[in-house]
Order: sequence, then C-alpha cells, then structure tokens
Amino acid sequence: MGEFVVHRVRFFDYMPSAIRAMAFNGSTQRLAVARGDGAVEIFNFADNYFQEKVIPGRSDRAIEALCWVRGRLFSAGLSGEIIEYDLEKLRPRYSVEAYGGPIWTISSNSQETLLGVGCEDGTVKMFEILEERIQFQRNLDRQKGRIISLSWHPSGAQIAAGMIDMIRIFDAETGKSTLKRSSQNRTAPKTHVVVWSVAFLSNDTVISGDSAGKVQIWDAVTGTLIRNHLITKWDVLGLAVSQDESSVIAGTSEGTVVQFQALASTMGQENNQWVRTRTFKNHTHDVRALVHTDTAVVSGGMDTQLVVRPLLDKVEKNTQESALRKILFPHKSLVCCARKAGLLLFQFPDHLELWRLGESRQAGDRLPVMKNPEKLIQLQNKGEDHICCSAVSPCGSWVAFSTVSSVRLYKLQLSNGNISIKKMLLRAFSAFLSFPGSSQPIHLLSASENGNWLAAANTDGQIHVFNLHKLKVSSYLFLHCTLPVYSSCPTAIAIHPTTGHLLSAHADQQIFEFSLKLKEYTAWSRSLQREGLHPLWLQRDTPITHIAFNRNKPAHVFLHDAFMFCIIDQSLPLPQARKKLYNQMDLKTISPQKRMQESHAFKICKMFQHLLSIHLLDDSSLVVVERPLADIVSQLPPPVRQKKFAT
Amino acid sequence: MFLLCASGESVKVFSTATEECLHALQGHTDLITGVLLRPSNHLQAYSCSLDGTVRLWDFTDGILIRTYSIGYPIYGIYASAKHEGVIFIITPMHTDTNSELFQLVAVHLPQCGEQLVEAKELSAVLSNISSNPAASAFGREGQYIVSAKPLQLEVYFFKKHKSYSFFLKKDNQKGGKNTFTCITCHPTEDCIASGHEDGKIRLWRNFNHRKEYTYSTLHWHHSAVSSLRFTPEGTNLLSGGVESVLVQWRYNQESQRDFLPRLGGAITHISVSPDGALFCTSHSDNKITIIQSCVKVSAVIQGLVKGDRIRTDLMIEPRSKALVLNGKPGHLQFYSLQRDKLLYNLDIVQQEYIHESGLEQFEVVMAAFDASGSWLATVEERKQKAPELELNLKLWAFDDQKQSFVLNTTISAPHEGRITALCFPHVSDGQTTMLVSTSRDGHFKAWQLAAPAHTEDEGPSWSCDFLGAYHSLVPECCCFSADSSLLAVGFQEVVTVWTPASWELLTTLSQPPGAVRDLCFGRLSCSKYLLGATTSRLLCCWNLLTCSLEWVTSMDVSLLLADPLSENMAAFCFEAGSTDLFVFKPGEPRPLFSHKALCSGRVTHAVFVPREVMLESCDEASQWLNCSHLYFLTQSMDLLTFITKAEEDKLTASSKQLVVSDDVAMTPFHLLLGKHRDQLENPQAESRLSVEPIRQPSSSAGINELLQMPAHVLPSASFLCSMFVQSLLISVNKPSEQNKEKEEEMESEKEEEDSDGEMESRISRPEHMPSGESGCAAPALTKEEVRELRRLKKLDHSWMKGLLD
Repeated sequence: MGEFVVHRVRFFDYMPSAIRAMAFNGSTQRLAVARGDGAVEIFNFADNYFQEKVIPGRSDRAIEALCWVRGRLFSAGLSGEIIEYDLEKLRPRYSVEAYGGPIWTISSNSQETLLGVGCEDGTVKMFEILEERIQFQRNLDRQKGRIISLSWHPSGAQIAAGMIDMIRIFDAETGKSTLKRSSQNRTAPKTHVVVWSVAFLSNDTVISGDSAGKVQIWDAVTGTLIRNHLITKWDVLGLAVSQDESSVIAGTSEGTVVQFQALASTMGQENNQWVRTRTFKNHTHDVRALVHTDTAVVSGGMDTQLVVRPLLDKVEKNTQESALRKILFPHKSLVCCARKAGLLLFQFPDHLELWRLGESRQAGDRLPVMKNPEKLIQLQNKGEDHICCSAVSPCGSWVAFSTVSSVRLYKLQLSNGNISIKKMLLRAFSAFLSFPGSSQPIHLLSASENGNWLAAANTDGQIHVFNLHKLKVSSYLFLHCTLPVYSSCPTAIAIHPTTGHLLSAHADQQIFEFSLKLKEYTAWSRSLQREGLHPLWLQRDTPITHIAFNRNKPAHVFLHDAFMFCIIDQSLPLPQARKKLYNQMDLKTISPQKRMQESHAFKICKMFQHLLSIHLLDDSSLVVVERPLADIVSQLPPPVRQKKFAT
Repeated sequence: MFLLCASGESVKVFSTATEECLHALQGHTDLITGVLLRPSNHLQAYSCSLDGTVRLWDFTDGILIRTYSIGYPIYGIYASAKHEGVIFIITPMHTDTNSELFQLVAVHLPQCGEQLVEAKELSAVLSNISSNPAASAFGREGQYIVSAKPLQLEVYFFKKHKSYSFFLKKDNQKGGKNTFTCITCHPTEDCIASGHEDGKIRLWRNFNHRKEYTYSTLHWHHSAVSSLRFTPEGTNLLSGGVESVLVQWRYNQESQRDFLPRLGGAITHISVSPDGALFCTSHSDNKITIIQSCVKVSAVIQGLVKGDRIRTDLMIEPRSKALVLNGKPGHLQFYSLQRDKLLYNLDIVQQEYIHESGLEQFEVVMAAFDASGSWLATVEERKQKAPELELNLKLWAFDDQKQSFVLNTTISAPHEGRITALCFPHVSDGQTTMLVSTSRDGHFKAWQLAAPAHTEDEGPSWSCDFLGAYHSLVPECCCFSADSSLLAVGFQEVVTVWTPASWELLTTLSQPPGAVRDLCFGRLSCSKYLLGATTSRLLCCWNLLTCSLEWVTSMDVSLLLADPLSENMAAFCFEAGSTDLFVFKPGEPRPLFSHKALCSGRVTHAVFVPREVMLESCDEASQWLNCSHLYFLTQSMDLLTFITKAEEDKLTASSKQLVVSDDVAMTPFHLLLGKHRDQLENPQAESRLSVEPIRQPSSSAGINELLQMPAHVLPSASFLCSMFVQSLLISVNKPSEQNKEKEEEMESEKEEEDSDGEMESRISRPEHMPSGESGCAAPALTKEEVRELRRLKKLDHSWMKGLLD
C-alpha cells in the first residue's frame, strides 16, 4: 500500500443547509428534500438512497413545502410563488404567483387534479393541474389568520386546514368552511397555539400536531376531540401518515420522532385506537420534515441530517434495509484539486475558495506545519443563483464554475505572491452532449489525463465516452463508445492515465473497469464480478465519490467514501467473503511470509472520518479533506433546552 | 377489607382499616411463595409454598379449607376466572432442587371433599421460565399467559395453543439494561406492561403478530422497576422500584403521571384491592403501606425495620424496654417486643437519605444507653476511603416532655480511627456523667458531662475528660464492672483494669496468644469475675480479687453477654458453620443450659431482655430464663428468642390452633408437647373453629369470638341464642360430655341449614367423615375413648409438675 505524506485538511468550512421540507413519491421511490438555501435534492430510495439530482438554490428562494404530482415536483415558499421544477434540466420550469402573500403549505388531492396552497392572508387557493402548467381555479372561504397546514381527505371532497388556534375543514366543492375546531391551549389561554401540521384520514379522523406539544386526534364529522397525546414540552412540527393509515409519525422540536399506531385494543376486534408506540431520537434539533414510507421513517430538520430509520416490523432483520442511515454529506465532491500546483478549490453555494496547501519538510509520524495553508482567492458569484459545480485545472491556472444560467471561466496567474485573475469569455459551444434515448441530466464528467477522452454519465446509468482528440479537428464531439448500462447509478467515474481503462463506481457499491481500447470489461472487472465483492464492502452506506490513480503504481486505484478510503491493488487477489476485509492492523502483526498470503486487493484505511475528498498530488502526497461533525454542530443554533436526568 | 401477606411459613391477614394482624394462616412447612385470591370466590385464597402444597383458605376466619399436594416445590401461583378448577404454578423442571430451569404447569384441582387432596393432573404450559413470580402474568380474561425470561417475552394463547416470543437486545447503545424484571397485563385491553432493569417500562401491543408487534417505552425510574400493577379498571398503571416512589401512569396518557414519594425502603411489591380503592406497597425494610388511590398513605404496617445490615448491638431502652437497633438508614428503631410493633424511629444522622445503590452515606454504627435510660450515645460514620473516615459521636438526652431523645452534644471526629466500643457505667442511682469510647487509633477516651462554661442558658454538654492508652496497642473492647468501680479495657492480648475515679491503671491481665475480643464482668455474686473471649478460641475467667486466671475453656466465642438481673452469662460459640449457645454462671464449672447448632452462621447480636414479671419456673433447663428473655439475631436477620415450656403452652392455648380433635390419639403428654403436628396432620382441627366459642362456655373469649365471627359462617340466631345465654352463665364444673353432645347436635343442624352455601358446607363437611380422616391420620378411637380423652384434657395437670420436681 505504501506510505504517503498526508495533508490533513480541515479548513474547508463546509456547512450543509437545514432541511425544510420533504416529499416522497412512492411510485418512483424518489424523495425530494428542500433545504434552507432553496436547493432541492432528489434521492432515489430504490438505488441505495443515492442523491441523484440537485437543483441548486437561489438566495431569495425559501421553500416551505414540496409536493409530488405524478412525477412532477412543485414547491411553494415564503416568496409567494408556486414553482414547478424541471427534473431534467435541474432548474425551475416556471413559477406562478399565488397572490396571497407567503405560502406556508402546498398539498395535492389524491386524484392529483388539484393543488391546494395555504397562504398568509388566510385563503386556501386551489390550482388546477394541467398538462404543462397549473391554473388558478378558486379561493376557498377566506379565514382570519394564516393557513399553516393543509391535508386533503383521500376522497378529495374535503380539506382540513391547520391555522392558529384552530382547525378548519372545508368542502372542496363549495369552498365553504364546514367545521371549526378550536384547539386552544386551555392551560394557558393567552398563548396562541399554532397547528403546525394536520393529517386527514379516510375514516374521517383528523390528526393535528401543534405548538403546545400535543398530537390530537379529532373526529372530523362531529368535531370532537377523541384523544390527546402530549408528547413534548415544545412544538410538534410535522406529521406524516403511512400509506395504509395505520401509523402516524410526529416530529418535535426536541429532535424526537414519535410514532402512533392504530391498534386494536382487544384482539380480533375492529376498535382501533391511536396509541403512542415508539420514539426515535436521531436528531439534536427541530425535526422539520417527515416522510413515512412503507418500511421506514425518514426525518430531516435543523441539524441538516437526513435520517432513514427503518421500521423493524416491516423489514427483514439484518439486511441492508434494516440499517439506520444518516445522510450527512452530498453525494458529489465539492472539492477540486490542482494536483500539479497543490491548490484546492472549495465550492460553496455562493462563492469559491482557492487554497494553497501548507508545507512541511521534516519526516516522521506527525509533521509540523512549516508553512500555513493560505487562502489565495475567494471568488464571489454574482447574481442570486447558487453555484452548481466548479473545477480547477491540474496546473492551477484555470478555474471554472457554473450556475443554472451561466458558465464562467477564469485564468489565474500566480507569480511570487502576486495573484491576478482574469475572466475569460467562453465561446459558445456548438458541440452538444446528448445521450441518445435518454433525457436525464448528466451528473458526472471525467476527462483522461492526456485529454484524449471524456467520459460522461447520466442518472439513467448510461456512461458514454467521447473522443476529445477529434474535437480539435472538427468542432463536434465524437462518441467513442457506450458502456453497458448497469442498473445502479454511477457515483464516480475516472479514466486511468496509463492503461486507458475507465473505472466506474456505482450506488450499490459495485465497481466496474472498462477497457476503452478493447471496448469491453477488463479481465479484472470480470473476475471481480465472478467472485463478488466482500459483504462488508457492500454493506457500506455512503457512495464512493471520487476515484484517483497513482501514476507511479498503475495497479493502484484510490477510492473513498465518507468514512474510509481504500486503495485497490489490482495485482493482488480479491478478498474472500469469509475473510476479514479490514485487515490492515492484523497484517502488521504477522510475519512477512504470512502477510503475503493474507493480504488482498482492498487496502482500507479508516483513519480519516467524515471525508469530503481525497486527492493524490503529483508529488505522491495525499490531500485528505475532512469535515468533523463537531465543527458542523458547533455552527448550528443551540437546540431547545431539555432537562436531563442527573444534571 | 383484608390484606393478605405471605410471611415466612404463614400468611398474615391484616385489616386494612386498623393495620392489625387479625390472624396468621398457618400450616405450610416451608417458605410461602405466593398468595392469590380464588377467582371464583373472593372470600377464599390460595397459597403456595416450597413444601409442595397449595392450600385453600377461608381467610376471613383463618380456616384451612383444603390442601392440594403437588409434590414439587412451588415458586409461584396464578389463576384466572376463565380457567375454572385449574391453577397455574411454577415448579422446577427437574426434580433435583438445584435446577435453574423452571416451568409453568397447569394443575387440575380435583373436585372432592377431602381435606388433603393429591393433585395429579399436571400439564406443562411453558417451559424454561423465570422462577420470579412477578415475571409471569395472566392476560385479559385469561386468554393468554405472559412470561418473561431475562431478555425474552413469551406469550402463550390458550385458545390457539400457540406462543409468541419477542426478544430484546442485551444492551442498547446507551448502556441501558434491557433485562425484564416484572410483568403485568391490562385487565380489559391487550396490552402487556413490562418493567426492566434500567428503569424503563415497556407497553407491548399487537403481540399476536410475530413481526408487527410494537411497544412504547415509559421511563421515569432510574433503576430497576421491581413491581408493576394495573388498577382493576385498567385506567392506571402503578410502578415502583428502589426509589421508593409509587408512580401512577395514566393509561393511554402516559405523559401524565402522579407520584407518591418517600414511602420508605425500596418498593418490592405493589398490589391493588379488587375494587381499586386501595393500593398497597411492600417495602424492603419490612413494611407495608396502604394507600388510598395514590393520594395519601392511609395505613402503615411496620414490622421490625430490616436494614441492609445491623451495625449496632441489640439494646434495650431502659425506660420503655423497647429493643433498639439500626432501622431505616441513618435511624435507630425502637421496637416493642411485647406488642411486636415498631414504636418509633429516631433520626440519628439527620440527613436526607438518597435511595441509590453504591452511594457512601452516613451510617449509625454504634449506640449505647446508660443504665437509667436518660442518655443515649451514638456513633455514625461515613467511609469513602479508609483515610477519609468521617466520624461523629452524638449524645442524646431523654426529654421528659417530648418523651423522646433530644440531641445534646455532637462531637465530630472524636477519635482518629474507627470506634471499636462504647460503654456507659452501670450507675443505677443518680445521673450518669461518663462515657468511655475505645478506638483503632490506640486510645480510649472518657467523656464527661460538664457544666456549661460560658453562658447560663446552655445546658450541660459532654467533653473529653481522660485519654488513656497502653503501649500503643489497639483497644478492642471495654466493660464497666457491675458497680462501675472498675473499667476493663482489652488492648489486644492484654486486659487492663482501671479505676474510673482516679484513672489509675490497677492491673493488667493477659492470656496470650490471641487478642481479647469480648470482655464481660460477672454480676451479683459473681462480680469478682471478669470474662474475656479471645481470638485464639479461648474463654478466660479471671478472678479480680486474686488477679489470677480462674479457669479457661476452649471455645470460639463470637458473642459474650451477661444477664443484668442474674449471674448468668450467655456465650454464642461458632462451631463448624453453626452457632451453639451456652448459658453458665462464672462461678460454676457446669453450664446451666446449652443448645447445639442453634442456627447456621455466626450470631453477633443478642440481648437479654429483663422480664416484667419474674418467672418461677422450676424446670432446671429453663431456669436461666426466669429473669430475662434472650433475643438474638441470626445471620439471615431473623430475630429469635427462647421461651420456656410453660410460656409455650400459654401461647398455644391462647391461639385457637390447638383444639385437639376427636380422632387423634391423645395423651396428657400430647397435650403438653404436641403443637404443630396437629395442624399438619389434621387440618380438620382448624375447621372446627367456627363452633369453638360454644364449647368454651365459661370464657368471655367465647362471647368475643361469637361476636367477631362473620355472620355467614354462624348458625342461625335461634340456636345461637341459647348458647349465648349459656355462655353468660357461670358453670365451672359442667361435665364436658354434655357440652360435647350439644355441640354435635348443633353442628348437624347447621349443616342442614347451610347446605345451599358452597363455602360453609365445605367447611363443615369434614366433620361428618371422621372415619375416613382418622384412617389416614391416627388409629381409630371409639367415641367413648375420645370423650374420655377430652375430659382428661380439661383436667388440671399441675400434679405432673409436682412429679417432675
């Protein structure tokens, strides 16, 4: 495996944004997550929870609610607009002003014909969903006070609205308010109770979660309170109902998610009661958004983590599905490295930072920093759109980034401490990357070191290799070859600098190696498929986000995910399923002869945790970019105060 | 309302209103492990015991109705109204007693009228369960039974003959222990509540699914939940643990809970009265609290407070003659031996006790009363580490107005080492003004009551008067002579004798090797003798007049004490794992009384309790008990005593148990000696109790019992009337034959009358089958013989005393 000089970089102040809203599309198994900075992320639950699409945010966009309608994604926010997203071009398709002030909630009926939005001015506005756009249909009876939450009856005839101090039920046909339930706080009548969330069930039950910390179950016909569960001293912020309406989850400001289940109080009878059952505590801060899938509870909130907590009664034990998952970091690299110049480019939503690595001359286990790392440039993006991707050239003299609307290229000159930056004009490319038979966005690009090949992958799992050599001659891209489509989405691709093999890592942790010369899978890749990967390797829950090669040792491949980095030595035998995968420590203790027998191709190092990126510089030193969780937590606002026992 | 409580080998029936023990249901011969109301008749109760029998009682009258012999030790008993004629018991899976595996067995109780029934129809329901009776419970309407193993919950459905098991992980990540400790089921809904080692309570639902079962967790207790109980309506769940707080959870609104704190020791059991009006908690310190619906404590039934361990000696408070020893943590308890009742607790430490295991807190380790009972000295210590020993010596004066002890002086750090002995002189007249304490630091100190030095309004307080040492040896014990003119202090191998008047060292006595462990002066005529027990298994007796060794005998004396009212001394010797008792006079070589293998383990606490009235026993073996009782504590914290034969007779006569039945061969010796055997062999004896008042016409007790007897077991008033009037007549020499006949007559009438009532008929039925009974119990006697014996019994046996003398 060898020894490396490691630059342990911890000065990337990456700060994920809080999760504000979530929506789950059961038919496509896609989860849409809206963050505080206006970005929308799409996770594919069918493909190892891979974050396949990111729609970058805008600084003036504050999303309050998300809604799927037949594969179309709508959002509404405090700007008062309803936005539909183009999931192929990864940008808003259009926006419609609702003219009701800030919008707090959006919800479609189960027939998916109408979209109801709750506005600040107390109106529930109905929008008809047309093929290409949405059309304002009508206002329901205007109420005093804002509409915080909405829920349709599954029949689509009624809609429940949570407001301040009350819940109203509207007839969707006539728009008249049929029932008003005061959910005022009896113990402290002066304070207002905000009904943060309502859920309307098919058996005419309304469940509400409010700022008094109560989950209340109401009869929607008579308007009587059936049951009252006090679950927190603080707010109940969100509710989610399972598809079969047998389970409801509620998220609180304490970071807990409480499950309620409709259970028969005596066996064999149909007198179901809502009983508080489980409590999940996976968050430190407010749980703002909740989704109840068939097998799991998905929660997100102020602490920026997306937590998938499987319901153990719904999944098989000890499988991939039964493990708790926390998605902390984006599934793409935000760090780019100029490996010749020793520069690092960090991508933030609204700016880029270019850093020069520190230096050290001594040898030893722990090297003292002789020259501190230095921030060379902070490139501020103009306009409101956030940066969606960025790159620096290996020599460090070119920096490029793009937003939804534009691509910018800068030329950098670094000479003896003088830095000059020049914006270059981009000639509009006539060459157009388009994959035949797919309209999905391309999410990965990788050029070979010699500049001959360009590999591109889209979220359909297609990987195409183009010949850049011919680009210089003619002005269009020549498709060299297409890789066989694998069912799982690629998470990282790279072309080997010497052998010209294309390595791809996929969301289900598989690795393929494709020879660009022979246009077929290499022998190593075939043997890997034949023998299969180690079970422990397949059980990892973060995707590989970067692949690199060592010029000096062509058989070595560098991979990393958020919790480990791995060097695959292609010359060594593959690990057997029954052998230990993580055997680096063991190998050190045994004799050299045995070591040869015991060693296998996967050399895994878990020394670095919460990895954002690993790069290999040309001087064979490693750059490891870490982002310790404690640093993220320290930048979060303080959580709500809780009395802990024995403190 | 009655409260049943299994206590050792008997079930005590208490009245919830008066806290009084009405009667004890005696009959079992081993530890009783469970008491249960009979589901089909709430005036009857089952009890089960390790002796392998289940007994059915009428607890309102204290009558044994039937004995079911199972043949295996029984660890728990369950029954349900749905399972008529079947009880469920926990027995070991293998017949050898060391087996760790237990099973739940259904027993079909045979329906026959006999007293002693062998239940043979056993069928195993669940195997490999916990022996803890709290870890199993019946579910709603007896449809299923739930049992918890350490980490597994098993539910057995009777209808489907199917059982479901649910497992918990051994430990969750946060270090909580998931082990089950107790279980209870909701009476009307399908919900199982389980308590756990880490203080959590889980409410299990949907447990008729292998996979889609679910539970919710309640957490208030910080350590193991020891008992859980639903109220009869199922509206509340009660839980208790070591915190000694009764927690009431509102069912389905578990965020609302009520607390009843500071109940005393750790809660071990909770039970709820069938109407839900009263809750009852039993505590580890030998206490039962009766609570009115979680609002207020309505009654406390407190026995001898059982602390973690007894550090003080057993003492007698000279004024009230109460037994004094460690009680609640940081307290001394005053316990009336005559009334078997706790008088009060005296708070010595005066600090809040924190109910948490592993916490070092102040403990009362030593206490002493002076002869008149006007001073009490106590030593409390807290040991964190050996060098950081914290000691307090407190002196308490008896306040006549408050009728209690009031703190007079606190001496913090009276010695540098642990105090080994504390001793007041025996001045019978006048005020005691001296206290001697010996300590590990090599000194003994005399403390003197001194007049206040500065201001007048302060009362007298105690201060150090003399500090004595001997060759830097460690004093282990001290003792004042009977007239307090001498003080003996044992410094390891050397006994030093001092005069307290001038603090002069008079003489030293020594008998190496072996340090002196216990010192004791003789009393009355033997006051010239000083006895010492050494660690080298010797008991030495020195004559103080000659300052020489009088005699030495080899025995491993663990405790030596003198009777304050006679010359007698008692020595508890530890021999081969058990303790022997010898009572002797120092002047005589022969022991007055010896009892081999008194109990297992060492006896380290004992006391002579002076009698109020001197006995004039002529029995040589019990003469030593004439002046005082001897009480001692065994290692298992049982307080035992010796009584004379005469007393025993008195005891048994006063209790209703010894009514000798017709069909037991009876001799005068039997009347004198027989005791428990009757009850065992012949439970019928007790069934006679209902008619007993009539048979003792001359006694006013007869009237009392007639009045106390529940109406439903009494014969009709027309019959009672004549009996009642008769009992008021003074008829000393009425022939017993006549009585007998009357009684027989009456019984038969009663039988006819009560034939519709199930229970009553069951009680009286055995009396009509004496032939069947006598066949198994004793050789048959004719009626004539029986009557003769009965007459004999009534005779005065005092002539026998004369013979024996």
